[in-house]
Amino acid sequence: MLKNLHLNKNGQLVLGLLFGICFGFLLQKGGVTTYDVIIRQLLLEDFTVVKIMLSAVLTGMIGVHLLRSVGLAQLHPKPGAVGTTVIGGLIFGVGFGILGYCPGTAAGAIGQGCLDALLGGVVGILIGAGLFAAIYHKIHQPVLSKGHFGEITLPELLQVNHWIVVAIVAVMIVVLLGLIEKSGL
Amino acid sequence: MEWLAMERWSPYAVGIGIGILSWLAFLLSDKPIGCSTAFTRTSGMIEKIFRGSKVHDKPYYKQFSPTIDWEWMVVIGIILGAFLSSILSGQFSLKWIPAIWHAEAGSHIPTRWGVSLLGGIIMGFGARWAGGCTSGHGISGTLQLAVSSWLAAICFFVGGILTAMFIYKVLL
Repeated sequence: MLKNLHLNKNGQLVLGLLFGICFGFLLQKGGVTTYDVIIRQLLLEDFTVVKIMLSAVLTGMIGVHLLRSVGLAQLHPKPGAVGTTVIGGLIFGVGFGILGYCPGTAAGAIGQGCLDALLGGVVGILIGAGLFAAIYHKIHQPVLSKGHFGEITLPELLQVNHWIVVAIVAVMIVVLLGLIEKSGL
Repeated sequence: MEWLAMERWSPYAVGIGIGILSWLAFLLSDKPIGCSTAFTRTSGMIEKIFRGSKVHDKPYYKQFSPTIDWEWMVVIGIILGAFLSSILSGQFSLKWIPAIWHAEAGSHIPTRWGVSLLGGIIMGFGARWAGGCTSGHGISGTLQLAVSSWLAAICFFVGGILTAMFIYKVLL
């Protein structure tokens, strides 16, 4: 692993900026920095968002697991709990449906000149994140830690070799994308 | 280089590009690409202007200190990258009202501002509650096959679809 590069603080800030520029460029070219494309996905009329996400997951999943197999990458799965992941995920979804951008695509929307993403979306996200920081210590024990399952991955949960799960998920993604294309969405 | 000036690329080309970007992020930075902690840190930085170093005592900011880090730079990069892409294709323009919103809810700017602010507050709150957003959980987490991320991504879309359907099919 490229330990020295990982520990180079300024080098990493430059890399972060470069990754972000590429990411933002791709999001804008994909059309997902536009409210209409995201809302039409949530109304199930246009599947651009799902197509981008699933092909990114398919490509990323295979490559990252290959890198890991040859010792060039390690996984960093986020911890989870029912109280954290399900409740937080649903709250996020409600905001996502109202705003019509997610945090990353809102940043991209600012780049293409969308003022609702800047003065509504991003200002709102900052307020929301600040509110969460203010109540975090109060809900941590009673809510967030309920049903804690930790940093587990699907192969660990199912206790099978990770390549079996990679293969199954890959086939499922390809089939799903095929069905979406076939139905003309 | 005409493709750089195109308005839209195939969603599959974009998805594969993002997937390859994730390989590089794991390889060169040992990190999954995410966005929402950058907003937490920024929120902490703003709070610090008003409340000073007391901000560091908040348990949440002990976990996510209000400083500029790799992911913060990613978010700045996203703004720049999208700006570059929209300038090259001639799509850049300052606007308040998205087309679908205009058709269904009208062109009143304060309404769109109020609704997008409300949506942003709920989403920012939910992103930190869930421990990630559509990037960190939805792409970077699911590609690692993390259980938390698959569950989160499903909840993001369930909540999002129900809310958008309610707004566009019931309210408007």
